Amino acid sequence: MTKKQDSRSAVLPKSKQALSGLRVIDLSQILAGPYATKLLADMGAEIIRVECAARSGRGGALPRMKPGGAFGASFPEGDTGKRSYNRFAYYNEVNRNKYAIALDLAKPLGADVFRKLVRISDVVIENFTPRVMKNFGLDYSVLREANPQLIMISLSGYGQDGPYRNYVTYGEGIEAMAGLSKLTAYASGEPLKPGVAYADATTGLHAAFAILAALHYRRFTGKGQYIDLAMREAVTPILGEAIMDYTINQRVATPTGNRHSTMAPHGCYRARGGGTGKKNEEDDAWIAIAISSDEEWRALCHAMGDPPWTREDKFASLSNRMLNRDELDLLIGQWTAGYDHIELMNILQTSGVKAGAVLNIEELSHNPNLNERGFFRELSHPEAGTHRYPGVSWQMSRTPGRLRLPAPCFGEHNRYVFSELLGMSDDEISRLGAEGVSASEPLPYLEA
Amino acid sequence: MPDQALSRLVVLDLAENISGPYCTKLFADYGAEVIKVEKPPLGDPSRCAGPFPNDQPDIEKSGLFLFLNTGKKSITLNLESEDGSQIFKRLVKRADILVENFRPGVMASLGLDYEVLAEINPALIMTSISYFGQWGPYRDWDSSDIVAQAMGGLMGLTGEADREPLKLPLSQAEFQAGLNAAVATLSALYLRDETGDGQYIDVSLQEAVASILEASLTMYHYSGFIRERTGSRHHLQCPSRVMPAKDRLMHVQAGANWDHFSAFLEEPRLMEPRFASILRYNYADEVEELIQRRLEKRDSMELFVSGQEWRIPFALVLQIDELMGDPQHEARGFFQQIDHPMAGRLTYPGAPFKMSETPPVIRRAPLLGEQNEEVYAGTLGLSKENMIDLKEHGIT
Repeated sequence: MTKKQDSRSAVLPKSKQALSGLRVIDLSQILAGPYATKLLADMGAEIIRVECAARSGRGGALPRMKPGGAFGASFPEGDTGKRSYNRFAYYNEVNRNKYAIALDLAKPLGADVFRKLVRISDVVIENFTPRVMKNFGLDYSVLREANPQLIMISLSGYGQDGPYRNYVTYGEGIEAMAGLSKLTAYASGEPLKPGVAYADATTGLHAAFAILAALHYRRFTGKGQYIDLAMREAVTPILGEAIMDYTINQRVATPTGNRHSTMAPHGCYRARGGGTGKKNEEDDAWIAIAISSDEEWRALCHAMGDPPWTREDKFASLSNRMLNRDELDLLIGQWTAGYDHIELMNILQTSGVKAGAVLNIEELSHNPNLNERGFFRELSHPEAGTHRYPGVSWQMSRTPGRLRLPAPCFGEHNRYVFSELLGMSDDEISRLGAEGVSASEPLPYLEA
Repeated sequence: MPDQALSRLVVLDLAENISGPYCTKLFADYGAEVIKVEKPPLGDPSRCAGPFPNDQPDIEKSGLFLFLNTGKKSITLNLESEDGSQIFKRLVKRADILVENFRPGVMASLGLDYEVLAEINPALIMTSISYFGQWGPYRDWDSSDIVAQAMGGLMGLTGEADREPLKLPLSQAEFQAGLNAAVATLSALYLRDETGDGQYIDVSLQEAVASILEASLTMYHYSGFIRERTGSRHHLQCPSRVMPAKDRLMHVQAGANWDHFSAFLEEPRLMEPRFASILRYNYADEVEELIQRRLEKRDSMELFVSGQEWRIPFALVLQIDELMGDPQHEARGFFQQIDHPMAGRLTYPGAPFKMSETPPVIRRAPLLGEQNEEVYAGTLGLSKENMIDLKEHGIT
């Protein structure tokens, strides 16, 4: 079980990545857009984030403090430090491998510099509400003048037209409006929040696909284009099965928790607490099990030591197990409670049962499979220190993804972009600072 | 037919069920010629999964299959036979992309692993999707969506703190892997369009899920913090949760301006200085109760619409049937009515994004083996006798 190597990978220069040479201007904020550009950045694209001092999208410039809780934990050692905006986990994870400049597009000089940057770039990505780029005088019709081959993608909650076009929303609201929240619940329960920003990630992936599809088309036709991605429309297809059930049978999906429409047993069962003495593991150890055939059911029974109840008629077939799954889940849970969840996973997998421990964040960080495959990569950030980060999402034989750069500090690449890329003189660059068009630090601002 | 973004591509789709087929569906909806290679006699196992009309199984009427395989061609081919394998290699010669999601090792056991196929077609991009990856200690473990959600870290973060972890509905780990495969494949294509080099891509469900944990891993690496489940609440923001308005559930968030939010709800107590910053999540019970008392007196649609005048991002908790008549979806023509010779006219989710020059087109899914003649006789030039022979021997 060794890593696949491409025997002919020596043909390309070692530094060459799949998207080397591609330049993307990234105006997007928070997560959906930055997740899209993270995917491209890991494959070697040059991403230039354009951020505004008044609203950096980095959690603002906070006074130095140790705020505690989940927010405090978002900073190294729980300390916001002197420049909190360069130390925010949420920003630093998703913006590695990118450059950042400070540029205020609301000022005419800023918009002017931006148009020059567009001229030498391949892609612009933004996720303002649809009115904003127009207000800047930087909508697609204008930018296309600057660069006829430009690919521009706008991410919005509901799309660039229609009655909700200018409605403000975030990923969580989209999950509600797409029908996902309603189904994220225990059986017959109230909607709960997906544990992560699911709509943002799903949107980001679709956006990266959209950009690359447009680039492929441009390569053969020379034509740029405009992509209108509504977050809700990108999230709705992942509920396709439920939508089809409604259109076929007029059946409106209701939450089923951890149960499955065609598998039983199928669920999450309590295991014995872990052994490291941490509260989290003591009280919170679980195993997920999915049985999709009679053969797998017999394997599970065998792993449990073939107790007499497993031979009862009420569990003998899938349809009987479906009918009696309350009792079935109870009995399986009594068995799993006697074992550590990792031990259970190993026993069950060895027996041919589809099962996996519910890994908490600490366990995931130390998971042998992820670590042997090199999923985590270390990066040294000048203000956040040296840490491991979740790495490239997939492996490529010829041009593997890389973590080359830590997330940029605010305005870190002003000089590179203004001077090297755009050829601006020192005087012109000073003028950007003097007129508040660019900056080296964001304004104090505590984002709500 | 209008030129589409991916019209120049030929994709061979060996993938089954959800992850791979969602990947190749994206290729098909944006114009690629996707040839789905299905094993006779039943084809892709998702043809045998529901939902079926009136729950009566029929391999041409599975809602899951119909949705995931729009715009593809279907041929039947048994790769376990020598003839089948040879025919497949001829198809590989003229393909740009191959997507498969068998268990690791299966392609090699068929004599069709990347090394072999790259000899036939060095420009081929081959993308494999598996639960735990093509190499590594869990490579041979079998899995399913719930297990991948558990082992990717998503499930441990979802659900109530004092109850069992909760999976996201339907098959979300499968979709995440399919999306990663789609992006990875197009990344490789960008290089290939430039240099002519193909390559091999290894996508795992576990890594696809572990990639979207919203900085949870980095928070742990930064400060040792182990995130726990927070039920209906967001772990960083307050408010951000589902709450009842007078007539329905809504998702409530304050937006960028807390003062506007407090003023809009006409609740002066929300203006207390201790609630002014993001740290108000330390007083979540109090904050949510103050909001709740205002919310339950008001109509959801009124909150949704008039909140926008203050830039407050209220959202409605919609259920599936409400999506179809949604005015925004109607205005943008999101849902698509598509005819199918066996399943009839049904409403399908539309494309996930619009392109100004190369609009997506969603066409119906194929019948099992529908393009056998087109591909075997047309593309490969097999004779009628040859085709009858292949059919009789269970190869097609």
